[in-house]
Order: sequence, then C-alpha cells, then structure tokens
Amino acid sequence: MAIQYNNPLFEVVRNYDRCINCRVCERQCANGVHYFDEKAGKMLSDETKCVDCQRCVCLCPTHALKIIPNPNSFRKNNNWKQSLLCEIYKQAESGGILTSSMGNPEEFPIYFDKILINASQVTNPSIDPLREPMETKVYLGSRPQGVQKDASGKIICDLPVHLWLNMPIMFSAMSYGSISYNAHKAMAMASKKLGIFYNTGEGGLHEDFYPYGANTIVQVASGRFGVHQGYLDAAAAIEIKIGQGAKPGIGGHLPGEKIVGDIAKTRMIPEGKEVVSPAPHHDIYSIEDLRQLVLSLKEATAYTKPVIVKIAAVHNVAAIASGIARSGADIIAIDGYRGGTGAAPTRTRDNVGIPIELALAAVDSRLRDEGIRDNVGLVVAGSVRSSADIVKAICLGADACYIGSAALIAMGCHLCRTCHTGNCNWGIATQKPELVKRLNPEIAAERLYNLVTAWNHEIQEMMGGMGINSIESMRGNRLMLRGVGLNGKELEILGIKHAGE
Amino acid sequence: MKRVYVKEEWCLGCHLCEYNCAFANSNERDMVSALKGKPWVSAVQIEESADVCFAVACRHCKEPLCVTACITGALTKAEDGSVRIDRDKCVGCHSCIMMCPYGAVVMDGNHVANKCQLCLTNKFGQPKCVEGCPNGAIVYEER
Repeated sequence: MAIQYNNPLFEVVRNYDRCINCRVCERQCANGVHYFDEKAGKMLSDETKCVDCQRCVCLCPTHALKIIPNPNSFRKNNNWKQSLLCEIYKQAESGGILTSSMGNPEEFPIYFDKILINASQVTNPSIDPLREPMETKVYLGSRPQGVQKDASGKIICDLPVHLWLNMPIMFSAMSYGSISYNAHKAMAMASKKLGIFYNTGEGGLHEDFYPYGANTIVQVASGRFGVHQGYLDAAAAIEIKIGQGAKPGIGGHLPGEKIVGDIAKTRMIPEGKEVVSPAPHHDIYSIEDLRQLVLSLKEATAYTKPVIVKIAAVHNVAAIASGIARSGADIIAIDGYRGGTGAAPTRTRDNVGIPIELALAAVDSRLRDEGIRDNVGLVVAGSVRSSADIVKAICLGADACYIGSAALIAMGCHLCRTCHTGNCNWGIATQKPELVKRLNPEIAAERLYNLVTAWNHEIQEMMGGMGINSIESMRGNRLMLRGVGLNGKELEILGIKHAGE
Repeated sequence: MKRVYVKEEWCLGCHLCEYNCAFANSNERDMVSALKGKPWVSAVQIEESADVCFAVACRHCKEPLCVTACITGALTKAEDGSVRIDRDKCVGCHSCIMMCPYGAVVMDGNHVANKCQLCLTNKFGQPKCVEGCPNGAIVYEER
C-alpha cells in the first residue's frame, strides 16, 4: 500500500560507537529488522518489522542496541487514543478482526497491587523459615468432611484422589502447538524436579513426554484434540477446559501452518488443517451435563485421577463455581481476565471477563457460605506475577496458583505480544525448527526451577513474617490482608478490611 | 582433562563464540576496543550450511598431529594435556593447518597460526566462547 497509515511502533537505536558489525542482531531477528549495508559498511534497520521482542538487545555483545517506543505521535486526544486510530487503520486495510497475544495489557485496576500483607509484631511472633520448619506442601482435591469409621469402629483411611504439590505453584495450560516442543519439555522437566505439575493445554501430549506423566495435567477441551485412553492414563490429573481468561466465551484457533508433523499427530488431526476449538463443549449445556463428563473421565481412568474444571472469571463466576463444586469435580481452576494466550481476538482479550482477585474472593466466599468449600480445591490463574501475588491469592482463598506468562518470561519471553505471528525469536511460541532450537530445554528447565524455587522461598519468608508455618493456615486467611485505595464495595467483595482498620 | 565440546543440536549460528574468542585473546578491556575497526581472528569457527551449524575448535588431541607437524616447535603439548601455541615461534608454514583433521587451526592476517588454548593463557582462565554461548551449544567439561 502506498500510504503507510500506521507508523512503526518502535525505534531501533544503534550506538555506532559500540556496534562492531558482528551481525548477531541480523542473524537473530526472525522478523528481518536488521541488515548489513555493504556500501555504507554498517548495520541498518527496518523498523516497520520490529516487534520489540528484545532478542537483538539481549544478544548484542557490545550493548550497542536499544529498542524504544517510536516518539512520533498523532495529535493528542483523550478519547481517540493513538492505539485506537492504529487499530482502525489496520482493520480498514485488512477487513479482519484484530488478533493479540498474551494477557490484557490495558489500564484496568490490578487488585493484587492494592492489597497489602500483614506481619507479626511482638505478639504471635514471626517465624524464621531458615531455622524452623515451614510447610508449603499443598493437597489439591476434595477434602474429607470428617472422621469416618467402619462398622467395627476403625477409622476409614481412604482419602479422595488428590494432587500433591511441593509448593502452591503449577504451570498453566499451554498447548504443544501454541508453544514449542522445547518449551513444553522444559516445563515437564522443571515440574518433575520441583514436584509440581504442568498442563498440556488442548494440544495433546507428545509421546516423548509420557515419562513425565506423573507431573502432567492433561486437558480435555471443547475440540477434544489429542484425547485418547493413553493420554488420560498417562496423566496425574485431567482438566476439563470450559473457558480461558484471555478469551472467555470463545474457542481456540490454531492456524493450519502450525499444524505440522508431530503437532498434527499429537492432536490427532490432519496436517495443514485449521484447528478451531468450538466455543462451547457441545455436550455440555448444564451442570448436569458437566457432571456427566466429569464422571465419564473418572470412569475412564478408574477413579484414580482428580478432575479439574477450568473456567474463565466472568460475571457470574461464583454461582458457576458452586455448580462445578457439586458436579463431582475435585478441583476448580479460575482464569482471570489478565490471563495470557497464544492468540485471541483483541476486543475479547481486552474487554471480556473480570479480575481474578474479585472472582477468587467471590467464589471462595460463596463456596464457604454454602458449606462446600472443602469439596473442591481452588486454583487461580490469570496473571499471577510474583510470590506476593501467590500469598495474596492464597489468603483470599486459593489452594494454589497456575503461572503461565511468568513461566514463559522465565524462559526468555519479553511479552512482545506477537505469539500469533509464529515468529517468536525466543523459540517459545513458534514451530519453525530454526527458532524452536533457540530454546535449549535444559537451560529453560533450570530457569523455571530457579524461578519457582525462589518464589517458594519468598512465600516462606512472607508466611514466616505473618507467624504462619503452613500454607493450610494461610488459605482463606483474609485477616492477613488489607486493602489500600479501594472503595467499600471492592473491600466487601474481596472480604478484606482497609489498611488502618 | 576438561575440553570444549560442541552440541550441534543447540548451535544457533549466531557467531557470538567467534567474537568472544577474539575479544578474550585481545588483552583489551572491552569488546568494542578489541574488535571495532580492527582485523581479528577467532580460534573457534562456526561452520554452517543451510540447516546445520556448529562451532569448530581445537580438540586438544591426545596425540596432536599439529604438534608433530610443527617445524619450529611453536606448537606443544602442555603438561595439563592442552595443546598450546607460542605465536612468536610460528613462521606461518601452514603445516599444522594441513595436518589438523578438524580444521581447528587458522591463520591470522599476519600469517601466524592461531588456535584455541581454552583461554588458559589469557586473563579469563575459562573458555570465553562457552561462557558467552546463549544456548549452551558449547560446553567445557570432562568426558
């Protein structure tokens, strides 16, 4: 097109005093931004192609590069923001819906940042996790309602099936297809070493990863891709995905170009065909229908594996969760509106769903009020960004958290939010062999291990500070939280007091 | 002894090892002053074709043919097992280059042979190519 309505979003700033023309930036940019001009004898850039993934910056051996936002701006308008104009130009050109990746980046409140954690002073002294035991093990699943005895008076020791985590953290569902083989392998390796779980997402389980089955949660989503008896048998738990925080109410879409080789085989679909997961499960139109699927999956696995039901945090989440808790599911996973994705319609990602903090508090309160909180484990996702977010989530009532974006970031992701292009320079959200090999799973697994271990230490420190020595005592302990800058309604929903109260 | 080994599977062909090598053996404080606008040579070389790339560096053979071939005694086998080069003694006869079955010896612009000495003779003391490899494609280990 002759007129470029949209300007480049970024500017490549190259310090020519430092650039040694090593061309590493050129070799590492799958978008073709950098090139060597033989005549000029120097590196130049085509900024229109830059997505700000920072790969070139990170690999430049002389720190000669910076990627900065393009300072060029349209005339300031508080109603018509520049981003809106850019999106309209894009749609006027393409006629298509806007697609985005990773989580909602818009300026909505982040309640985790408006919640503060308590600490002990003088009374109920704090505990030093370096010197005293600090329990971060978590059991996920239905809990016994009381001590039960058999006819002869002996205690019945049969516990419901559950997942046992060394720490209250799991890797979110990210499918093989949306992310690379190496990224999946890294999560599988790290989960095994950490004693936690990763989730296959809707992409099936690659046959190479069956040995990691004891640390794998397999997903059964609306398309049923990759689901077969061996898949269910291999896993530690089965997750029914009803919805995803990044795109509540709609299904998934994996373009045909990504359905190649092992991905097609693992998903059990023909190569090169578009994969569109239906928006609903076509066999689930009620809680009773959901119960049928939960029980079918339990029956298929001889009642040996817990079943998780994952839903997006939407307006009526508490009532839905209440239904799920009665459906026979062992664990409910709730995904907030900030949750990441490999590709979602921009308008859905940025405008649908509710914050995970409010959804979690509402669900936990509802289940407690109805006396069914112990029927299920509660896992939350949707932008859990640090160990502090995890502590706050557990105090609000969660048993554990899923981390997706944080895990990808640990592996190198810089949140450039262009996963949907399939050109991930970090080898994560791509299926191009030359890019996939950029992620050495051994290095990535070690980084994931380090991250989760570090967070676990931090959780222990914060628990110790509160005078709490086990996750169990922290779960739902909202007295340990105070809000800052929140209004009365927000505090009421979160079930916490304002700081100073 | 510990040697530099390459893992072809993870080599990205980014050539950073070459730049790190040249810098490490330059005696300069930073890479810009070491390499900018100057001729340089690296003791590790990336070999690449369409889909394959990997780093080639001296294997520090048990019985190094380059040492046997060297006509001036510039190449020697050190006590620690590494193959060292005294570049002041090299006369640029190319014998070592012809004998090395791996292509691990290279000539610099002054017709002086250059090869990997595992950074044992420079200020880093550990192979800089290994430290700088972004994907763990070069390792320094005992096997």
